[in-house]
Amino acid sequence: MPDPMTPLAVTAYTATSAIGHGLAAQFDALQAARSGLRPNDFSSAPLDCWIGRVAGVEDAPLPASLAVWECRNNRLAWLGLNQDGFLDRVRAARQRYGTHRIALMLGTSTASIGETEAAYRRLDADGGFPADMRRPAIHAPHSLAAFVTAALELEGPCLTISTACSSSAKAFANAERLIRLGLVDAAVVGGVDTLCDSVLFGFNALELVSPQPCRPFDAARNGISIGEAAGFALLERVDIAPAAPRLLGYGEASDAHHMSTPHPDGLGAELALRDTLARAGIDADRVDYINLHGTASQKNDEVEAALVSRAFPARTRGSSTKGFTGHTLGAAGIIEATIALQAIEHGLIPGNLGGATPDAGCGPQFAWTNEQRRVDVALSNSFGFGGNNACLAFARAEFAA
Amino acid sequence: MRPLRIHVEGIGLWSKQLGDFAALQALLGGHAPEPPSPKPAATTLPPNERRRAPESVLLAAEVAGQAVAMSGRTADSLTCVFSSSHGDQAITDYMCATLASAPKELSPIRFHNSVHNAPAGYWTIATGCHEPSTAVCAQRMSFGAGLLEAISHALADRCPVLLVCSDIAGVFPLVEETGCTQSFGCALVITPDLSDSTLASLDITLAPIQDLADDALPEPLAGWRTANASAEALPLLAVLARGHGHCELKAAASLALRIELRAAAARQDHAPSRAAEQVA
Repeated sequence: MPDPMTPLAVTAYTATSAIGHGLAAQFDALQAARSGLRPNDFSSAPLDCWIGRVAGVEDAPLPASLAVWECRNNRLAWLGLNQDGFLDRVRAARQRYGTHRIALMLGTSTASIGETEAAYRRLDADGGFPADMRRPAIHAPHSLAAFVTAALELEGPCLTISTACSSSAKAFANAERLIRLGLVDAAVVGGVDTLCDSVLFGFNALELVSPQPCRPFDAARNGISIGEAAGFALLERVDIAPAAPRLLGYGEASDAHHMSTPHPDGLGAELALRDTLARAGIDADRVDYINLHGTASQKNDEVEAALVSRAFPARTRGSSTKGFTGHTLGAAGIIEATIALQAIEHGLIPGNLGGATPDAGCGPQFAWTNEQRRVDVALSNSFGFGGNNACLAFARAEFAA
Repeated sequence: MRPLRIHVEGIGLWSKQLGDFAALQALLGGHAPEPPSPKPAATTLPPNERRRAPESVLLAAEVAGQAVAMSGRTADSLTCVFSSSHGDQAITDYMCATLASAPKELSPIRFHNSVHNAPAGYWTIATGCHEPSTAVCAQRMSFGAGLLEAISHALADRCPVLLVCSDIAGVFPLVEETGCTQSFGCALVITPDLSDSTLASLDITLAPIQDLADDALPEPLAGWRTANASAEALPLLAVLARGHGHCELKAAASLALRIELRAAAARQDHAPSRAAEQVA
């Protein structure tokens, strides 16, 4: 097990998803138990399902200076960066540390693949991309991070993490390592994924998409609802911002089991959890809230509910918020990290929306409706295809392990 | 800032012309090595997985298997970083073509093989590895940025790390955008501490790019970097093959990794421990 780590300050964060642009809208929806899911109206031949679509992406073109990066995913990234004063916070960090001393670590599962899909729908007579689609930087999985590094005018380490649904959670781990080694002084972390045919028809082919709004941890759950989102956070050393909430720990582990179903005993998920608690220097009974991965797929929820039951006391609260946002894939880690941070800031445990008939495997830890209570330590679980597991731990500034 | 020091215990390499690191050494030594069989053997994967695995996975598993075998370590003990500029371009082509014509006929297997972390998934499943695994990319800088990620894992958590960087050749029309016209993959096992298996010790500095040294490569390697972003690793592989020298690799648009091989220091540091073992 790893040694406890020196916590980092989360000096700014922001989230944009189907439940709104920015943190205030997100908190409002959580407090009102208002889902952002709606019937699928995406793509030319929409599947019969529900989606978490971000309003206004189509009406928010990139500024002229960044127009070469145009695509839905980068528009959503830009929309997200413009919430909650995040751009100003990064500008201040740039002035404090210098552009080379800030890392950019972003998670995405499909980046701007939607643009490549569009090119294939309009191939020219010779079978090649039409002239206006000849954009190599967009037809690459690094397009998101390359765009954001240009938009934020950063010149430090810049990496795309693409481990499916754990991508943007893992970005926190990448950043912590670089800061610990003194290679950078701060890091922008986060992730963006947008609706596209690849994921809608892909998860449909795997028979993992529900025809109804997703019902995480419900006994009658029947699949996921796919969403899109953008979220970002700024990590700095604690001495810069003693009052800011902390990244207390993180953990990563591999299932070594199957490409598209979790380990039946949640082995990798539990290893990631234990790794997180060790880095945070706490026992499980210090955890007040867990934002669960809870996708509403049969297998994930069964395995995760069992992990919660065996690892946490009854007083720990747990819920999935995918009923609000849908499963935002590579962005799920950062979006749910911001919900965990809001739980700490506002003392709100968001209820597990969509779980009207709790699965028998769910223990007393589940918060089926909103609860108001103090949260000192909050975890966020993110598990991806390929058995790729990540867990994050956050704490309020005054928390002492 | 003091350089970061890591140690290399294993090196893997595969292209249509060079089947392993020894072949690169032979080539740089003026010989003409036999090309490997046209498809990576990827013997670390069990036979049924090898049949199902897409080409990108075979390539990554081949070079990973070579590097791990050379290190003498067990694969399940290694944190792994899989880097690739474009992932599996053949699957991306299949997905986009199918979505354009008959989206409901998309193959579920090809979809789950399309994730960027498919090689990491297959590898950890085949080797029973529960250590952290990741899949990353950074366009033309996927090797340098992946190496930085592997180094940070190794030094921050004091653990051995497997780094794989590989890209298969693209297919038309996508290849016109990726410019990736030939397959190339390589892998390193790096460690934070010197060991009996250390092949070379590297001192690495991360610094803003000023005048990036152009590490000229002899033919036929010279054009490989243009034809495959993962082949940006070649200057480092050439230094390792020669057993001395230094190189610079881009780790980000404005940052370079300056890498110096310290073979002599490694051997000197190494000698006492080996002598002590013999006494024991």
